[in-house]
Amino acid sequence: MSDFILSNLETVPGREITAYKGLVQGNTVRAKHVGRDIMAGLKNIVGGELRGYTELLEDARREATSRMIDAAREKGANAVVNVRFSTSAITAGASELYVYGTAVIVS
Amino acid sequence: MVFGNLNERRHFKRLQADEEALSHIKVYNLKSVPPSLAADLEDGGTLVTGNVVIAIDYFKRVIATIKMLIGGRLGSYESLVERARREAVIRMQKHAASIGATEIYNARIEFSVIGQQPKISGAELMAYGTAVKSRARLKSSSV
Repeated sequence: MSDFILSNLETVPGREITAYKGLVQGNTVRAKHVGRDIMAGLKNIVGGELRGYTELLEDARREATSRMIDAAREKGANAVVNVRFSTSAITAGASELYVYGTAVIVS
Repeated sequence: MVFGNLNERRHFKRLQADEEALSHIKVYNLKSVPPSLAADLEDGGTLVTGNVVIAIDYFKRVIATIKMLIGGRLGSYESLVERARREAVIRMQKHAASIGATEIYNARIEFSVIGQQPKISGAELMAYGTAVKSRARLKSSSV
C-alpha cells in the first residue's frame, strides 16, 4: 500500500497526472456485534465514546479502501485522487461503508 | 447526569490540550494547494482519517425529548456533537503527525447515524483529508 497514493485533492501535490483511468469504488456492509452491542447499550446510559464501534468502522473503512485500491490496480493505476467516503444505514444494525475516487497514473 | 457533566468537562479539557499539542499540523479545507505554497511541498500526499463513534446518553435524550415539545436550543446535543467533531479532527491530525506530515488539505468532516434501534443509538463523526509535507516547516521544526 505504501507505493500507492491516495489523495482527496484533485491532484497529487508535486506529481503530474499522465492518464485518467476512471471511477473506482470499494464497499463493505457490516453488521454490529452482539457483545459490542451490550457494551454500547451501557454506554447509551452514561454517554461517551463507543470505542468498539469506532474500531469496527475504522476496520470496515480500511477494507473498503483496499477493495478500491485493488480495482484501481486492475486498471493499471498507481494513485486514486478525489477520494470520498460515504456511509449509509441499510437496515437498523447494519451499515454500508463506501469509498470512491478517480484512478489515475501519476509520474 | 452528574457523571455526564463531569466527563464532559474532562473531555473539553483534554480536547484543548490535544489541540494545542497538535497546533503545528495545520488543517485547511481548501480543495487544492494554493500555487504560492505548492512549490514548498514535498512530492506526494497521503490520505489521513480520524473517526469517533459517540453514544447519546439516556438523560440527554430525555431532556431533548422534552425540549422538542417546545422547540429551541438543544444544548446537550450541541456540546456532544462539538466534542465528537473536535475529537475526530484531532485523530486525523494525529494520523498526519504519525507519518511526519505538516499540513492537511481538503479536510472534510462527515456525520452519520449508526444503529437506529430504540435503545442503542450512536453517531459517527469522521474527518479526512490529504496530508502533505512542507519543506520549510519540516526544516524549522527540526532545528
